[in-house]
This record gives sequence, C-alpha cells and structure tokens, in this order.
Amino acid sequence: MSDDVRTDIAEAARSFGITPEDYMLPARHLIRIVDQDGTVLSTEEQGAEPGHDYPVPADEDLLEAYRRLVAGRRINDQNSALVRQGRMAVYPSSHGQEACQVAAAACLGEGDWLFPTYRDTVAVISRGVDPVEAMTIFRGDWHGGFDPRQHKVGIQSTPLTTQLLHAVGVAHAARLRGEDTVVVALCGDGATSEGDFHEALNFAAVFHLPVIFFVQNNQYAISVPLARQTVAPSLAHKAVGYGMAGERVDGNDLVALLAVLERGVRLVRGGAGPLLVEAHTYRIQAHTNADDATRYREDAEVQEWLAKDPVKRMRTYLTDRGLLTEELQSRYEQEAEDIATALREGMNRESTPDPQDLFAHVYSVPTPQLAEQSAMLAEELSREEAS
Amino acid sequence: MSTTQNTDAGPRPGSAQTGPDTGEITVAVDAARESTTRAGGAGVPQPRPESPAAPVPAGPVTMAKALNAALADALSADAGVVVFGEDVGTLGGVFRITDGLAARFGADRCFDTPLAESGIAGMSVGMAINGMRPVIEMQFDAFAYPAFEQIASHIAKMSNRTRGALPMPIVIRIPYAGGIGGVEHHCDSSEAYYAHTPGLKVVTPATVTDAYLLLRAAIDSDDPIVFMEPKKLYFSKDRVDLDALREQYESGAADVAGPRAAVESGGAAVARTGTDATLIAYGPSVPTALAAAAAAAEEGRSLEVVDVRTIVPFDDATVSESVRRTGRAIVISEESGFASVASEIAARVQERCFHSLAAPVLRVTGFDIPYPAPKLEHHFLPGVDRILDAVDDLQWED
Repeated sequence: MSDDVRTDIAEAARSFGITPEDYMLPARHLIRIVDQDGTVLSTEEQGAEPGHDYPVPADEDLLEAYRRLVAGRRINDQNSALVRQGRMAVYPSSHGQEACQVAAAACLGEGDWLFPTYRDTVAVISRGVDPVEAMTIFRGDWHGGFDPRQHKVGIQSTPLTTQLLHAVGVAHAARLRGEDTVVVALCGDGATSEGDFHEALNFAAVFHLPVIFFVQNNQYAISVPLARQTVAPSLAHKAVGYGMAGERVDGNDLVALLAVLERGVRLVRGGAGPLLVEAHTYRIQAHTNADDATRYREDAEVQEWLAKDPVKRMRTYLTDRGLLTEELQSRYEQEAEDIATALREGMNRESTPDPQDLFAHVYSVPTPQLAEQSAMLAEELSREEAS
Repeated sequence: MSTTQNTDAGPRPGSAQTGPDTGEITVAVDAARESTTRAGGAGVPQPRPESPAAPVPAGPVTMAKALNAALADALSADAGVVVFGEDVGTLGGVFRITDGLAARFGADRCFDTPLAESGIAGMSVGMAINGMRPVIEMQFDAFAYPAFEQIASHIAKMSNRTRGALPMPIVIRIPYAGGIGGVEHHCDSSEAYYAHTPGLKVVTPATVTDAYLLLRAAIDSDDPIVFMEPKKLYFSKDRVDLDALREQYESGAADVAGPRAAVESGGAAVARTGTDATLIAYGPSVPTALAAAAAAAEEGRSLEVVDVRTIVPFDDATVSESVRRTGRAIVISEESGFASVASEIAARVQERCFHSLAAPVLRVTGFDIPYPAPKLEHHFLPGVDRILDAVDDLQWED
C-alpha cells in the first residue's frame, strides 16, 4: 500500500511519526479524557496511542464550550416542553448528546460550514442561529427558518445523509476558489447505512476535500440498534476503506470531543484530506414525541447512560479544576434561562404565515401557472373574508 | 427502423474500461447518426418564423456540437460555471457533448466524478450553495434515478425552503428518449417524473438552434433545470452559425420569445404553420410531427406543429392560440401515455379550448410498457403512420 498511499495521508502520518495505516485506522480504544465521574484519566487510560494522543484544549475554550453545553441542555428540555404543550409539532431532542452538539459548532471558524441533521438543533443554535428561527421548522410555519448563508449552517433535513453530499459540494467549491473553508457534516449511526453516506465519503476522499464527517452514534436509529446497521469493527473503521482517517471518541466527554475535533479541523484545513469521527453517545429521550422508546430498549440501559451525563461530567471536571466558580455557573444558568424564555415567548406568539408565501420562491419568477394558482387562492381568501 | 446492430452491445459505458471507440458507445452514437439521417428525409425541422436571421448560414452543425458550444461559451462567460459528471472530462462524454472542455478550461471547470449519480447531484447542491452554477451530466436517462432523491428532495425545494436564500442554479443534463436502438436501461422517457416535481423546470430542444440557445438560458437561470436532450437528435444537422448565435444570445438581442423568456415563463414555438389541426410535440417527437404534417399536406390536410420546448413552465398561451385557430389537437410524445406529460397537455388544452374544439384532444404516445428492446422499439415509438391515423380520427365529417 505504501506505493499508492496518497500524499496528504502520508504527510499527516509522517507528522505524527506513524505509518499511514496507523494514521487512518482509529485508535484501539475510544478517546476519552475525562471519566464519567468528572476525573481526568491518566494518559494510558485515555485511549491515546502515538499519533492518536490529544492535548487538553485551552481553559477558555473549555469554559466557553461548557457555557454552550448548559444552554444546549436547557434548549432541549424547553423545546420538549413546548411540544408537550402543543406549541410545536415535533422536536427530535438531542438530550444526552449535547456535548457532541456543542463540539461540532465550537470547532469551526467563522468562514467554516456546518451541515446538521434534524436532531442537531442545539448545534445549529450553538453556531449562532437565533433559537426561534431555528425552531420555525418544527413549529410548522415553514420548512426552514433561517438563512443558511448568514451563519454558514445548512438547512436541517430529514432524508438521511443527503446533507453530507451538500457538505462535500460546499467544500469543493471553496477549494476551487482557493479558500481554506472547513466543513463539518453531521449524521447518526443509522444513517451510515445510506448510500449517500458512502458516496459523500468517497467523493470527499477522491477530491481531497476538507470535510469532517462527524457521526453521533447514539446506538439507535429510532428503534433499530447499531448491530442491525453494521457489523464493522466500528463506524470509524469505515474511514480506511475510503482512504481517510477515522477516530472514535467518547461522545459524552466534551473535553475529548473538543480535543479530537479541534485537531481534526487543523489537519483538514492544512490539506490532510477528510476525516471520519465517530462519537459514542446516547439518545436519552425517545426519537421524537411520537415515539415510544420502551418498546425497544430497557430502562436499565437508559439509567446506565444517565450516569454518563455530559453536562454533569463537565461541571464536575471544571469545578474540580477550579475553572468553574459558583458565580460563573449561575451566570451560565441564567443565560440558558434567558434563551428558554425567548423560546417560550417566540413559540407562544401567534404566527400567521401568509398563504401567498406558498407561491414564493418556488421559482425565481413565478411561472404563469403559479401566478394563476396564486390568484385563485387570493380570490378564495377574499370571498372568505367577505362572508 | 433497423436496430439489429445494437443487440450485441457491450457493457454499460462508463462502468468499466469501455473506451471511446469501442463497444456500445460507438454503436449508440452510430445509431443516433443513422436515425437522424433517416429522420432527415422526412423530419428535418423547417426554418421557424422566429429563427434568428443569420446573415449567411454557415455549414451544417449537429445538435451535439451546438450543445458543446453552448457549454463552452457558458464556461467562458461565467467563472462560476462548472461541468461535471461521469466520463465528461478526458473522454468528453459518451455522446461527446463535453468534448474538449476539460482540455480548454482545465480540470477545475470540467471534471469526472466517481461513478455515483446521487453524489453528482448532491455535490452540485453544495456547490450551488457556495456560489457556483453547476452543469451536471447524467450519462443516460435510466441511470439518473439514483440522483432522484437529491433532485426531488433538495434541488427542487431548497430555494423555497430557504425563502430564496439558497437558489439552485443547477442544470441537470439528461440524454433521453429512444430511437437509437439502445439496449436495456439506455432509453427512457423520464420527463414526467421531473415535470411532476414542483421547483424544477424541464426544457427540451428539438432543433440545433434551440439546443444552443435554451442550454445557454438554462445555465444562466437561477432555477434548477432538467435539460433533456433527445438522444436521437444529437447528430441531426442544421445550417447554423454558432458565432452568430453566441452574439445574439449574449447581446440579449433575442426577442420576447427568446430563450431567456422561454426558460423563465414558458416558450413554445410554432414549428410549422397549418390550419386544420395542431400537432403538439416536444424534443424527439418534433421531427416526427413535422414529417407527419408534411405527409398530411400531400393528402390535402394542413397541420400546424407546435414545439413545446419548455415542458415546465408550459406555454399555455401559444398552444391554446394554435388550437383555438385550428379547432383540433393531437399531443405526441414518446413516453408511456398514462399519467404523462402528454396527458397534462391534453387536459390543459381541453380546459382552455373546449369551445373551439371540433373533436376530442387525442394523444399519440408510447405504450404503457417498460421501455422495449431495440428490435421492437419501432412498434412502441409514435411514428408518422400512427399520427396520421390519429389525425383521421379527428371527426372531420361534421
């Protein structure tokens, strides 16, 4: 293989003093820096290996990420409450996965792009999108609520992994223009069975594109466990088949996630080609409010994962390190509460979408047929109003 | 038409080492040439009333060459235009429509992708999001289906979902329809799938001039356009001055029925004037309709032929005006007739022209069967005789 190995991979491997094979294959164990009780693991216990060792990110980055983590948890729970109150049609909660959500946004620079799935609302908000705009899609006002170009965040979509190819296209266009844009593309474990997952990874590798494919392996695709999706050694092992590097990381350890993704962004921005990062995490709540998770998983399993909660873990870690004071904690909680209040107020405000918007932006200029249909609807509405 | 030379065709082009001069490609291309020659006797489109008044007609140009020139001129005119797909780079496409573009514009502007149609369409979405104007090639009609999810779920909807923030100025070029003796999955009339998808426009040229002008306009449009190229017309020829066409297009000198307006709001054209009935056709069926009109003229019937050109947006005005004048209409298309574009056109004509009609609107289409094998294809395709039979059925006695 050494004869054929791509230069970008070879150079990255050389920079770590390891072989291209050892660079591309994930480390033998999950990368985990902070244990579930909040204590820092010894280097040997972190899953680190030569070329797969990750320094702890800077203190201010950790605190900033934690601030967003606290907000992310509050956003999830507020949105679930709004669904229960009938203010929103549906909300696929990422409760339990907030560390992944925050890290996916935090690792990016201003000119970089994020391509989320429907479950990644916290990542979208963490990237700077207005929470009420982000929720428009789930409230049912419109099939999208924010301008993707403003924050460089793709629109949330439900067809699985189709957005990975959009990420590839954004990266390719940037590369053709000589820009150093990095794109993080999100998907879940079930989505890795889709054809577009394969096509996106292969395109990214063949075109040497700066894309990080970040898979949140939350163990279930609605009801179907990972064992029914793949018998690969891990999802991260799929990377080597495309000629890219893969890594596995504890998805409830925000410190490890930031460490792995920040290095990943640096590598791909420098031309090392795409990366596949698999985060092990857990969807604490049901798929959506319409789902009944008790039909396919045991409560004991949920309890086991509750003990690995990413928010609690990070709080303990930062407090023990003396970085997080009571005062900071209260401030973060207040900020989270302010977002929740804004969400409640925004979602409780009566919205009256304009029926004529139905015909807007189907085409750049309405076709004669749409103009006719729009006039018909206007006529119907004026008759309704008159009666 | 004779199709026997195609029955021992090789594997799917592009899937293996099929070279530019071997196997099925050559067979398909030759068949296209031959069928065009055949159509040429009866069906070469006549000059149309609104054709540009080219000063001195240059030598014969094929539709393939006109499409190639349109791509080259678009690449020259706009740095955001990129052309990609399977075998479109070094090879120049299995039908040679992208011939020479990679050499002239470089591998950043015209390039081969891995063999994956969804990947091609999905990547074009991202490139459009990031400011480019992708022109992608689906190698054959029936190979485009893996891309359908990206086309229907994202390309067609993105502008609407984002309230215009992310327009999708993408052209999806698809060689389509029959008449070249293509073996399995090399011929399909898939236009109805795309025409049924709101957010997409569907454009199909029938003449060399339209191939150039409509493709230029499609590339310049901010809307996603499925540009369906009739395979059997790739090597049809017309005396066209491509330089003059370029100047005409780029100066915007085209009149209101010009290519940009056609792509924006619909633009059918009267391809032959007549008084007794209107034949409504598009793409590969236009030469057939013209041949039928020529044959009918010998029997004393004057048939008008309307070339739809833009299936979406549909030009109701031009079609209705013609039918109201002639009082009779037949819609001709190669696709299976059930739930087809032809069905939609017949319904629209009926709704708009009922009081001018002397007979029900008839359709002459392919049968409701999977696309037939080459040796039986001629029974399937609407031909001159079947059209003339339909003309005879238009209740002339009263």
